[in-house]
Formats: sequence, structure tokens, C-alpha cells
Amino acid sequence: MGDHHPTGIKRWLYTTNHKDIGSMYLWFSFIMFLVGGAMAMVIRAELYQPGLQFVDPNFFNQMTTMHGLIMVFGAVMPSMVGLANWLIPMMIGAPDMALPRMNNWSFWILPFAFTLLLSSLFMEGGAPNFGWTFYAPLSTTYGPPSTDFFILGVHMMGISSIMGAINVIVTVFNMRAPGMTMMKLPLFVWTWVITAFLLIMVMPVLAGVVTMMLTDRHFGTAFFDAAGGGDPVMFQHIFWFFGHPEVYIMILPAFGVVSEIIPAFSRKKLFGYSSMVYATASIALLSFIVWAHHMFTTGMPVAGELFFMIATMLIAVPTGVKVFNWVATMWQGSLTFETPMLFSIAFVILFTIGGFSGVMLAMAPVDFQYHDTYFVVAHFHYVLFPGAIFGTTAAVYYWLPKWTGKMYNETSGKIHFWLSMVFVNLTFFPMHFTGLAGMPRRIPDYNMMFADFNMWASIGAFGLGLTQIYFLVTIIMAIRNGKKAEQKQWDGASGLEWDALPSPAPYHTFDTPPKVN
Amino acid sequence: MTEQMPQDSNKKLIIRLGAIIGGMFLFAFALVPLYNVFCDITGINGKTRGQALYQDERIDKKRVITIEFLTNINRGMPWEFKSTVKSMKVHPGELNEVRFYAKNRSKFDVIGQTVPSVAPGQAALYLNKTECFCFDQQPLAAGEEVEMPMKFYIDADIPDDIHRLTLSYQLFNITETAKVASVATK
Amino acid sequence: MAIRRKLIAGITSLLSVMLSGVVQAASEMNMRPGVTETSQAAYDLHMLVIWVMVVISVVVFGAMIYSFIFHRKSKHPTPATFSHSTKVEFVWTIIPILILIYLTIPAVKLLLEMEDTSESEMSVQITGSQWKWHYKYLDHDIEFYSNLSTPREQFENFKESGAANNPNYLLEVDNELVIPVGTKVRFLLTAADVIHSWWVPDLAVKKDAIPGFINESWTKVLTPGIYRGQCTELCGKDHGFMPVVVRALSKPDFEQWVLDKNAERMAAEKAAEAAAAQSWDLDKLMALGKTTYDAKCAACHQVSGLGLPPTFPALKDSPIALGAIDAHIEIVVDGTQGTSMAGYGSQLTDAELAAVITYERNAWGNNTGDLVQPADIQAFKAGNK
Repeated sequence: MGDHHPTGIKRWLYTTNHKDIGSMYLWFSFIMFLVGGAMAMVIRAELYQPGLQFVDPNFFNQMTTMHGLIMVFGAVMPSMVGLANWLIPMMIGAPDMALPRMNNWSFWILPFAFTLLLSSLFMEGGAPNFGWTFYAPLSTTYGPPSTDFFILGVHMMGISSIMGAINVIVTVFNMRAPGMTMMKLPLFVWTWVITAFLLIMVMPVLAGVVTMMLTDRHFGTAFFDAAGGGDPVMFQHIFWFFGHPEVYIMILPAFGVVSEIIPAFSRKKLFGYSSMVYATASIALLSFIVWAHHMFTTGMPVAGELFFMIATMLIAVPTGVKVFNWVATMWQGSLTFETPMLFSIAFVILFTIGGFSGVMLAMAPVDFQYHDTYFVVAHFHYVLFPGAIFGTTAAVYYWLPKWTGKMYNETSGKIHFWLSMVFVNLTFFPMHFTGLAGMPRRIPDYNMMFADFNMWASIGAFGLGLTQIYFLVTIIMAIRNGKKAEQKQWDGASGLEWDALPSPAPYHTFDTPPKVN
Repeated sequence: MTEQMPQDSNKKLIIRLGAIIGGMFLFAFALVPLYNVFCDITGINGKTRGQALYQDERIDKKRVITIEFLTNINRGMPWEFKSTVKSMKVHPGELNEVRFYAKNRSKFDVIGQTVPSVAPGQAALYLNKTECFCFDQQPLAAGEEVEMPMKFYIDADIPDDIHRLTLSYQLFNITETAKVASVATK
Repeated sequence: MAIRRKLIAGITSLLSVMLSGVVQAASEMNMRPGVTETSQAAYDLHMLVIWVMVVISVVVFGAMIYSFIFHRKSKHPTPATFSHSTKVEFVWTIIPILILIYLTIPAVKLLLEMEDTSESEMSVQITGSQWKWHYKYLDHDIEFYSNLSTPREQFENFKESGAANNPNYLLEVDNELVIPVGTKVRFLLTAADVIHSWWVPDLAVKKDAIPGFINESWTKVLTPGIYRGQCTELCGKDHGFMPVVVRALSKPDFEQWVLDKNAERMAAEKAAEAAAAQSWDLDKLMALGKTTYDAKCAACHQVSGLGLPPTFPALKDSPIALGAIDAHIEIVVDGTQGTSMAGYGSQLTDAELAAVITYERNAWGNNTGDLVQPADIQAFKAGNK
């Protein structure tokens, strides 16, 4: 197995190596996470107390919009692709991804797309300020000039995601080592394959809707303009047809990560492997028929509301199956609580809490009281932060020894975990209360009755922000000065990457496919 | 990777995936007419249909439906716009007329477009307009006023639980877009 | 050892926060039962779901905590080897389905009730625009705009202005929507520019206001009082500054309010006539103009007249303020299509309109020397060339 690789900046610009590309995605996503996080700090600083102290409402709307766009498209999604790149070839015994050059392009589009998006902050009229969901006609007729750059940026990110998804599917379908049948795939690979199908199905729909936005703005169409025979609500239908599967795109790989880590630290096989595969596929399929649960207040006929309510509540069933299977994996196992396990356990608990608020939101007649309030903000931050992000964090701690050959400091990792645990709950749990008490979303100022919980949320947010710096330092110290890692750093770990590869994994691995029994 | 077979199967798979991607992109656009067809068939969303014909309609004298008329004006539309009657009581199947008054009280020529919307949404299926100013663009010179007729009948098989329809017209200023369109077609 | 204790402590405290938060029905932490039958039913369903979730949490998280304690490696060095059980999987698929059915039944019932706008006794047309509401009573000849009435000063200088002593900060308006109790009131919602959403938590009514389309909702308030809500669909800069205030009066009080409103309207019409008949001098116009401008225009165009270009153009040195008077009046009275500039023709009196346009043409060094009289505005609105 080879370890030669080019050096210097050319290495990174031209690399077709899945490990290099995986690392670039992960670092890029972390940088975007900090950028999006900085915007969250601006939001929480303004919301720390009633009154307009720091920013004007228009800039505040730019911050909420950009925070959402950067986190969804720049932090969460690329971080999952980074994990896919590093892990999928190693887990299936392949030497690299199926389409290594396309892999390079998939990555390098992103810095360009995000430079474009972020530069809109400095354009006349400011950055997009219509929410990451960019409803028409606020975004079409009333959007700032930078809206067109936003559309171009979204197209670029979409192309990157679609190419990445093609790569994953072709790799997993065609490059498994002999003996690695589909039902022997590590669950992380399964969840990514299913995610990849979701991506190729819905990213083009996003491309379609932003193209329609562009033609409405400049080429005389009236898709979303009632004056021309169009309908603003149609925008919402097309957007959410993308948007709902999108949120499953963001979480399914994290389900996969947690399904690798919990068995390792329980020293017990994953409970119900095939159910886990079928449950993930069910969630993905159901995700296509629930989109209008984001639109209960738009004036949908009752029949529609009933259908979408019931279909959405149904998703709780396969999701519940997954949660129970993780619990059953731990049950009667032999548990230790290293940092990856701590983050994974927190994932299960806190994602479930996010799932509970999701079931509540699904119930249309009460959704009328929750919709567009901080209750929704609490819900999706629970499933995204202690959900997707904790999943990625767990993955980083778990596989860092394999990637770099160095171990992180376990005490630091635990401190990072407990800081995250305290601050993530301090930030987002109070939002359930402010939402229930009546605080709408996307407002820069509020009545006194919401003040106490907003203060707590802001304090939590500042702490959470600082905690990311702690995380960064922990990882950098590990990479530079960490203790040498074992091949099988975790005695309960399983899979080709642990059983058949040294730590760090060499630059080229599995040039000859391994035999899998 | 120099073996022929894996590259062939890669190509095949990529082409299939590409087809799905292309298909889904077109699907996004197809959602537009699909949405309209769905609204048309089910009357959902309160969108009324195009011009209807009044022919041999059975009049149900036993039922009386109240139809209310609302008017509203979108941003930047300098016209007065109101219906001459607030509501009418009609029999299903009966052809009726209601007149709407519009005045362009600005100093500029303006082209307007009215967009109808019906509540409850399902009732839109049963409202048939044989003549409506909402079918066309409406140009009014500065200071000009006009009374515009709207002829309609309500389907005799409107469900029993609907007793009242609200027909709302929103008037939009489309002078700019109409100008662009006319330049484009020259 | 220490870790186990910390883990238990952490999870227990999390659960207690959840439970205690849930048990408290104070309006600061929980949804309100509200003042209508549907709001009460929504609250009951909400609490039912919460308790169901609490029970599920206790079971599931309880099992996890049990594992953390009794199945940790030091206590349980040999892991079991099972990884499959069709029976168990079947049970934990069926039970959630049953729970969901249990929750769906009241949800369907309540949804059907909430969407039934038939047999209403009164109708109000609600139009959302940037950034205010407009109410039009279809059964009475009453209509008016409803603007946030909290002074700008309070949100720009929260501490110094003593805004903390204003219990209705950001939730008060100049003209409330007044409705009678015990009456099924139907709402017909639309918008004049972008999508807005009308929400009053105490009524459990939330419906989007969509430009070009009409949506229906209804309420029947049981208790007289004042109920406050906000716009709940991002609609631009001042989305957070367009509250909804509903005042529910007893039926006799409502009848009186209708009479008073009609009297008010007639008085306002007379006053407008009188003002139009007069000829105003520059000082009088500039004084009224400045107060009107600061209250109604400065939010976007700024007190300094510099605006926030390009969305909110500057008025200082603006070609509109320095150019033809008719075009200027046109924009102020009717707004500009496709922008956030609404028409103020029916939101301000003719005197205020004349004054504010005069002010814009002469302030900040614009100094055109133009005077616009209330009579000019009256003529403009009548459409005389």
C-alpha cells in the first residue's frame, strides 16, 4: 500500500484522493460552521435583551437568512460528504471513490459558491434577507439585488451535492470488495446510499425552483406572481418538496454514524441490522409525501391537511424503531463512555426530544399555534445540533485515530462534550417556552414576557460558540501532539477500516481488494 | 483502474442516475402545470376556471346561495375599485350579472389585471363565469373610469353544505410587465 | 465512577427541567388555553401530547439510564450476544402506531372544527401589507389601518426610554380590531404585497395572508378582553413590528363602538374638508409634515432622509422630491408597484399627506420652495386632471 503523495498547494488543488478530499470537506465545513456560528452570535447578541441594540432589522434578517443557508448548505451537508469520502471506500474495501476527478470538482465548487454567497453581504442592498426558505414574492419581487447571486450560489452548491451523490451511489454499487454484499454493508454506508438517492431526487427540484425564481425576476415569467396567473403558494409546494427530504439528507448519515459507534462502545452488534436498513429506507420514502406539513397555515383544504398530518405522524414509527434499536444495542452490552460514545448517547436522547416536538408540530390543529414561532426553531435546532452536528462530532472523535494515527486527549474530549451538552440545552430548550408563549420567528425585538428565556438562550449560545473553539483546539492538539493511535483503537470496533487497515490509514488503501467473509 | 468491466458498469449507472436527475429537474417545472391541473380538477385553492358557457342549465329554485363580492388593491395600484353590490342571493343554475366600478384616478395611463379568488376553496369548482373582466388585462387612461360586468352562474350540483361563496378580486398594476411583454412580442 | 454520577445527574436534571417546564401552565412557558372553544381544545390536545411524550421519555430514557448504570463494562464485563428479535421489533412498531392513532383522533376532530367557517354571523376582511394590518368590516361601513403604536424611541433606546415599563411593548396598535363576544366572526385574509400571517394565540387563529388570494378563518370569543398577537410570516424589515390586537366587547358595547366609529368617521371627514378648504403656510405644513414623516416614513427613509438604499431610497437630493410634484404625490398616495413603498392615500388625512410631501420637498436642504395644499391632495384623489 502506497503512501507517496504530492506536496504543496498543488496537492490540494488537484487531488483525486478520497482521504484528501474528505479532509478538505471536513475542514471547509468546520470553517463554514464557525462563519454560520458567528452569524448566530450576532442574532443572539441582538436577542439577548429587548430593544434594538446592535443591528437594524434589515441586517438582522440578513443574519438569520445567511445563518440558515450557511449552516444547511455549508456546514452540515459538506461535513456529511466529508465523512462519506473518508469512510465509504475504506468500509467497503475500495481503493477510492468511483469518480475521483468528479470528486475533486464536487469539493472545489463549494469555496467558490460560498465566496459568492458571503460576498453578497457587501453588495448594495445587502445579503439575502428573506429567510433560508426564500418564499415568493418576498424573494422574487421584493428581494435585494444580491438575490441573483444567491440563486447562482444555490445552483453551484446543488451541482456539488448532486455530483457527490452520484459518486457515492456508483462507488457503493460497483466497488464493494468481493463478499461485501449489500446486507453486510456497515450501516453508515447504507444510510449514505439512501441519502444519496434522496439528493439526486430533490436537489434538481431545488435547482428548478431557484431557476423559476430567476425567470420570475428577470425573464417575464409569473410562476409565483398572482398578477400573471401564478401562485406564491406554489413556490412553497415546490420548495418544500425539496425541503423536507433535505432535512432527512442532513440527518440520515448521522444515524449511520451513531449506528457504528454505539455497537463499538457497547461491545455488542447493532441490534436489528435489517430493520435499521428498512427503517432508514422507509423514512426516506415517507419524506417525499409529507412536505406540506410546513404549509398548514397557507389555506390548504382540510383533506390536504389531514393527509399530510397523518403521513407526517407515520414517520415517527420507523424513527422510533431506530431509537429502540440503539437502546437495545446498549442493553446488556458492556458499556464504556469515551467521547464518541458520549456524543452518540446525547444524540439519541436529544434527537428524540427533537422528534417529540416534531410529532407535536405534525398535528395540524395545534400546529396553528406552533407554526412560525420559536417552538419550530427549538425543534429543528434540536434535530440539527444535538442531532446532525453531534453525530458528525462523534464521528470525528471516533475516526480521528484512523485518519491521523493520533489520539485526541480523552479528558479534553469529555470536557468538550459536557460543555456542548450544557450549552446546547441552555440555548435551545428555552426556545420551546418562548415559542409556546407566543414569540414568532425571525424577529429582532420582542415583548418583555419573552425576555428571561431569550437571555438564557443567548448566554447558552455564547457558551456554545466558545465551546467550538475548545473543540478546534482539542483536534489541532491531537493532530499535532496526540499519542500514537492503535490500529484498532476501540476494542469493540468492527469493520474493514479497523480490522484491515493500520492507523493512520495509508494514502492509498485497498489497491488490492480484501476478502470479506 | 484499467479494467473494462467496472468502467462500463459505472457508465451505465451514471447514465441512469443522470436520467433521474434530469427527470427530477423537469419534474420541478412540471409541478407548475400539474399544480394547476390539480387545482382545476379539485377547485382547491379557490382558483376559478376560465370562461364558461351558459347552456341549458337546470335552475334549482329551492336553494339560495349568497355570493359576496370583495375587492382589494395590490401595491402601487392607483385605482378605485369596488363592486356595485356587496352581495347577491342567487339560485344555482341561474345566470346573474354583477358590475364592478373602476377608476384610474392617477395622472398616468395604467394597465390593471384582476385576479379572482374564492372562499371556501372547494366552492371555486362550482362558480362559472361566462363573462369577466378578470379574463383580460384592463387598460385605463389617466382619469378614466369604467363599469365592468361579470356574468356568472353557480353550478346546480354545488354541494348541499355550501350556502355562501365569497368571491374576492385583487387588482394588480401590470403596466410595467405589460410594457415589457409588448416590446418582447414586437 | 465520577462519570457515571455526572451522567445520571445530567440526564436527571434535563428530565426535571422538561417535566417542571411542562407542569407549569404560566403563560411565559406554555401555550395559553385562550378564550375560545377551539383555543381551549388546542391547548388540551397540546397537553395530551406532552404527557404522552413524557411517559415515552421516562420509559425509553429510563431504559438507557438503566443500561448506563448496570450494563457498564465495570459492572457487566461480558456483553450479551443477541442482536435480533422479531417479536420485540413487532411490539415496538405496533405500540407507537397505536399511540399515534390515539393522538390522531382528537386531532382530526379539532381540525375539522377549526376549518368550518360556515354559519358565521359577521365577517371582517383582513389585509396584510408591509408593515401593518388593514381591517374592513363587511357588515358595517367601517375600515381602518392598524399600526404598531409603540414609539420608535422605545425600541431604539430601550433602557433610557423606560420601555421596560411598557407591558404592551411591541404588542400595541393605534386601532384595534374590535369584535363582539359570543359571535362567530369570519375572517377573510389577503395581502397587498408579500405573504403575511395573522395570529392571535388566545384565539388560536393563525392564517396566512397571501397576495392575490383569499383565505378564510373564524373565531368565537367567549370572554371580553384584549388579545394580542403578531405577524407570523417573514415579510421584510419590520416583520417583528406589525402586531395584531383584538378587543372583544360584549354585544351591547360592540353596538355602541360601531356607532362611535361611524360618528368618528363623519367627524374626520368634516375635519378633512375644513383642512382642505384652508390654505396652509409653509411653517404649518413643515411642522405637521415633520411629525408625520418621523412617525410614518422615517422607519424606512430615516429621520435624516438618507434612507437605506437601494431598497429604501434616500429622499434627500432625490429626483422624486426635487422633480415633478404630481409624480411625487402619486408615489406617496398610491405607492410603487413591486416595492415596499405602500400607498398612504387612505392611511393619512389629506392635510397630513400635503404636509409630508411639502416636508420632503423642503427638508434636508432639498429646499424646492414647493407647497402642496390639502386641497391639491383632495383633487388628486378625485382624479381631476
